[in-house]
Amino acid sequence: MTHVLKIEDLHVSVGDKPILRGVNLTLNHGETHALMGPNGSGKSTLGLAIMGHPGYEVTSGSITLDGKDVLEMAPDERARAGIFMAFQRPMAIPGVKMADFLRHATTNVRRPDRKEGEELIPMREFRKELREKMEHLRMDSEFARRYVNDGFSGGEMKRAEILQLAMLQPKFAVLDETDSGLDADAVRLASESIADIGHQKMGLLIITHHDKLLEHNPPDFTHVMLGGRLVETGGKELAEELHQHGYDRIRKAYPDAEALNQKLLAEDAEEALA
Amino acid sequence: MSQTITHAFDAAGFDALLASQSEPDWLTTLRREAFEHAQAMSWPERRHEEWIRTDIRIFQLGKFGLPVLDPADCDLAETEPLHQLVEGVALGGRIETVDGCITKESLDEDLAAKGVVFGSLSKLALSHPELVRPYLFTAFDPDHDKFAALHAAFMSGGQFLYVPRGVVIDRPLHIGSILTDGGTDTTHTLVVLEDGAEATLLHESNSTDSGGAGLHLGSIELVQKPGSNLRYVNLQEWGHKTYHFAQQKAVIDRDCSLQWTIAAMGSSLSKVNQSVDLVGPGAHSQVNGVMFTEGRQHLAYHTLQHHKAESCRSDFLYKAAQQDKSRTVWRGMIKVDPAAQKTDGYQRNDNLVLSHHARADSIPGLEIEADDVRCTHGSTTSKVDEDQIFYARCRGFTRKEATRMIVTGFFQQIFDRITIDSVREALGAAIARQVREYE
Ligand SMILES: Nc1ncnc2c1ncn2[C@@H]1O[C@H](COP(=O)(O)OP(=O)(O)OP(=O)(O)O)[C@@H](O)[C@H]1O
Ligand SMILES: [Mg+2]
Repeated sequence: MTHVLKIEDLHVSVGDKPILRGVNLTLNHGETHALMGPNGSGKSTLGLAIMGHPGYEVTSGSITLDGKDVLEMAPDERARAGIFMAFQRPMAIPGVKMADFLRHATTNVRRPDRKEGEELIPMREFRKELREKMEHLRMDSEFARRYVNDGFSGGEMKRAEILQLAMLQPKFAVLDETDSGLDADAVRLASESIADIGHQKMGLLIITHHDKLLEHNPPDFTHVMLGGRLVETGGKELAEELHQHGYDRIRKAYPDAEALNQKLLAEDAEEALA
Repeated sequence: MSQTITHAFDAAGFDALLASQSEPDWLTTLRREAFEHAQAMSWPERRHEEWIRTDIRIFQLGKFGLPVLDPADCDLAETEPLHQLVEGVALGGRIETVDGCITKESLDEDLAAKGVVFGSLSKLALSHPELVRPYLFTAFDPDHDKFAALHAAFMSGGQFLYVPRGVVIDRPLHIGSILTDGGTDTTHTLVVLEDGAEATLLHESNSTDSGGAGLHLGSIELVQKPGSNLRYVNLQEWGHKTYHFAQQKAVIDRDCSLQWTIAAMGSSLSKVNQSVDLVGPGAHSQVNGVMFTEGRQHLAYHTLQHHKAESCRSDFLYKAAQQDKSRTVWRGMIKVDPAAQKTDGYQRNDNLVLSHHARADSIPGLEIEADDVRCTHGSTTSKVDEDQIFYARCRGFTRKEATRMIVTGFFQQIFDRITIDSVREALGAAIARQVREYE
């Protein structure tokens, strides 16, 4: 059976501000989907809602994994069920070494029934695997001893997210701008790594503003988000078109969604000033 | 409370205490003086800078009796010796006390043969006055306040460690102090290291009942002669209805080094003054403080690093995390005398507030009278971030595991400074036990 992550008519609000207004998306295991759209259109919000961020309230619609209600699950249950997100802005956890964090995370995800306090993966076994994965990603082994995202450069954070993806081997992964903040070499390396780890091995939902990542991970589908809705879906040629020509055609074709998008952006600007 | 009060902190109680002790006259004289002072002193006033943030109006001394005067009357039922700090550690000696009564004391023969003395302070004051008398109350000031005076008048039991010149003790010594529900402990700890001596002393205090009531009126004096080296660890886990008032001070001379680790987890209300006087050039002290509170606990630590001689270093790091409606107060002071040129002083307090109703007060301070010094201080207060918790949960951590990891990470900087494995592990475990789900 192929695994399916299914999002139907999803509405999400932050506070009482509606952000997503009816998103439909079916992600089959092994497929790669590109999610594009201008700033503030709601791409990260979709990812965070899939993971169950408490600040993002699902007001209607559903998310299911192989028919099971994901909205009923706590974020850690979702992770243990095989859903992953690489964050646009990962959080720092000072004082906690990357290796210790990952050992605990990997144990919990691989043994979804593990109770608090039960044994973790044996240290030696884990270290060996981590070292191999890091070598493969051409990461310095010193990285494992640093504190989680604490003082990491933008590029280091993104690479750390990829390392987590590699260790946790989820069924479905949302990659939120995992290619941003990287220099040209690092983008290529990240793109290759993701292709190696996830392309056709997971269901990937790739949020990106650049073309490199999609060159290495050609999408089966491209979705365009505007004003909290997926206004268009196409193949990889749609992604290519947007990279070359931007969102002008889309904005004109969907004036209502465009108006909503502008409204949200204007509100953001107001809030930033206030 | 389980006991009825037979002797109170009053004149009759004082007489009963004197009658029960066989102690040298000079010690009785010290007590009498302290008792008179205590009688004459009033309780600290709220407007006094040290007490502004610590309300002691609900504390009633009359609710507590004196510590058990005759060890034969000591209630030793069901008290397991404490051993958190010394898991898997070969010790050189140990003292166990219940409500201040010494129930067990031992010291390895090879150490005794080298002249090391470790045991009951009251007994040793009688048998070794030449070692005790010159130092007792040299680092401790009975006139500091009424609590200090009461301690000096009513102290009983107590521990004494003396390490002669040049003697290096390679195994830690251990003190385990237990307070029974409703019990009182007025023990005094005196440590003297002669020139070039070295020792590690691990001291933990606990209550038989984690919710137990009790009173600890204590004092610690650490006296270090030139070139000596002391590691002193204090894990305080008194029951959550226990009052803890203490004066703790080290006086360290030329080229000494002191590493003093304090973990304050217990008591309902603590008011502790912790000071290090650096009195000889080249002395170095490092203080590592951990506070972790919950419920309605109130822990107030006032630290002083007093540079009296040139070219000394003092490095104080206090980290505190607060749960529920608890509160910690940390007030630090680096004092540099005019003579103390080339002082290197560092003072820092970080707080992690784990609930909306918890509170952390942090008041660093400097008083510098020399001109060629380097003193830095700082304090931070942060909250556990919901986004941090979420991030960890997205990696499969339960909410509780995430909270525990973040709190442990917060204290990591302290753990990194602790050089004794068993202590690091015990503190880590004590913290992990206390962490609840962040909400
Ligand atoms: N936690 C939040 N609080 C307030 N507003 C939010 C929050 N998260 C998202 N929003 C708002 O929702 C809208 C969509 O934001 P989102 O981050 O999902 O956009 P995006 O498509 O990922 O944009 P970008 O390409 O810039 O990353 C924006 O107007 C944003 O300000
Ligand atoms: Mg985004």
